[in-house]
Amino acid sequence: MIDFVVHDDGDSVGVVVVEGVSAGQKLTGWIMDQDAEINFTAASDIPIGHKLAIKPLKKGDTVIKYGVDIGRVVADIKLGEHAHVHNIKTKRW
Amino acid sequence: MAMDLTNATFNGFRRENGRVGVRNHVIILPVDDLSNAASEAVANNIKGSMAIPHPYGRLQFGADLDLHFRTLIGTGANPNVAAVVVIGIEDGWTKRVVDGIASTGKPVTGFGIEQHGDHETIKRASQTAREYVQWASELQREDVPLQDLWVSTKCGESDTTSGCGANPTVGNAFDKLYKHKTTLLFGETSEITGGELLVAERCRNEQVRERFLAMFNRYQEMIDRYKTDDLSESQPTKGNIAGGLTTIEEKALGNIQKIGRECLVDGVLDKAEAPQHPGLWFMDSSSAAAEMVTLCAAAGYVLHFFPTGQGNIIGNPIVPVIKLCANPRTVRTMSEHMDLDVSGLLRREMTPDEAGDALLDMMVRTANGRLTAAEALGHREFVLTRLYESA
Repeated sequence: MIDFVVHDDGDSVGVVVVEGVSAGQKLTGWIMDQDAEINFTAASDIPIGHKLAIKPLKKGDTVIKYGVDIGRVVADIKLGEHAHVHNIKTKRW
Repeated sequence: MAMDLTNATFNGFRRENGRVGVRNHVIILPVDDLSNAASEAVANNIKGSMAIPHPYGRLQFGADLDLHFRTLIGTGANPNVAAVVVIGIEDGWTKRVVDGIASTGKPVTGFGIEQHGDHETIKRASQTAREYVQWASELQREDVPLQDLWVSTKCGESDTTSGCGANPTVGNAFDKLYKHKTTLLFGETSEITGGELLVAERCRNEQVRERFLAMFNRYQEMIDRYKTDDLSESQPTKGNIAGGLTTIEEKALGNIQKIGRECLVDGVLDKAEAPQHPGLWFMDSSSAAAEMVTLCAAAGYVLHFFPTGQGNIIGNPIVPVIKLCANPRTVRTMSEHMDLDVSGLLRREMTPDEAGDALLDMMVRTANGRLTAAEALGHREFVLTRLYESA
């Protein structure tokens, strides 16, 4: 059972692909490009399609997904915590 | 095992100019807003014809007017259309649209409303529309090679599952179609933002790369000129954000999964401009779904792949829009809008190759006549792109 997917093993975030993930839940992740599995514990409730941090992220850090820069961290994000518009912003526009 | 497309064919309608369509529409095409009422009346009179109303066509000028004509003429000229009745308020611009469509060799007749009024125009246009519908109803599909299929793509109401499921499925299918010399298209200039260098690297040569980057930079300058904030309410959209997409860069990287891993970008097109040869083309275009699909149809594409995450429900009057989705919640809650469920990819129950093959299978079935969900539900969004204010 896959609970979240990661595009590339260098990424800082994964995507939850099941409904109803809650804080404390043990999750199985699939790293697609390397076809590997990782295990994690959710640090917050995370809706389907939303991201969790698979590396600790500090304010000012660059967020990596698909192996590429997708924005900057604006509030620290703990391992397994929900990563979205409240703690990540675009570097463009 | 990957689908063998070497001798693949589909059943299409070969048109007068050699292009092949997958539908056999007779359309009633208004030149301007004023002619919508008469066009809809004709389509109501003549069963099997279809009006394509829109709100523009008056007092436009320059490049914006050129785009208006290019889009209307391209729509009428599209091989999914068997014959066209054009209705405009006056004869001059009506004739311009008729002449553009007539260059394909297909039947087309124009009617100007001034000095006749709606009643007389509807009566005369209905007679022509009836003749066209009866003529078109006897045209037969024939077996044609896959290379004659022109396929475009654009995603909508994307979420993170688009980037890891539905869009890579399109990318897998595009990689396979590319090898068989089909004519392919992607676009959505603003939604390349953050991935523009990845697209630039895929350009066939320096000339294509320079033209792509010039179009990309022009669009960025337009956004910088008019923006009042960081576009965090528009790009990503509210629906994208609800689906978990956080920044335009993340959305763009998901978006460009649609061009696969092997295709090169062979050329760059202006809006509604037809490609000159097979290969993958980039069209400078809005990322708004109906605008983009309307431009694809006007460029001559006959079938569209539309991956969605949160459930965009768009269709097009003349081009079948195949919806695919990898979000299991959306597939469950909006099943009537979906042609293909690829959520198995995210459960590791389906490989990207199997998902791509499933899409190609649906593509051939749709080309052969299967109605898409959007067609069955009557989604006929036809939206003209405007460049600036009218005079």
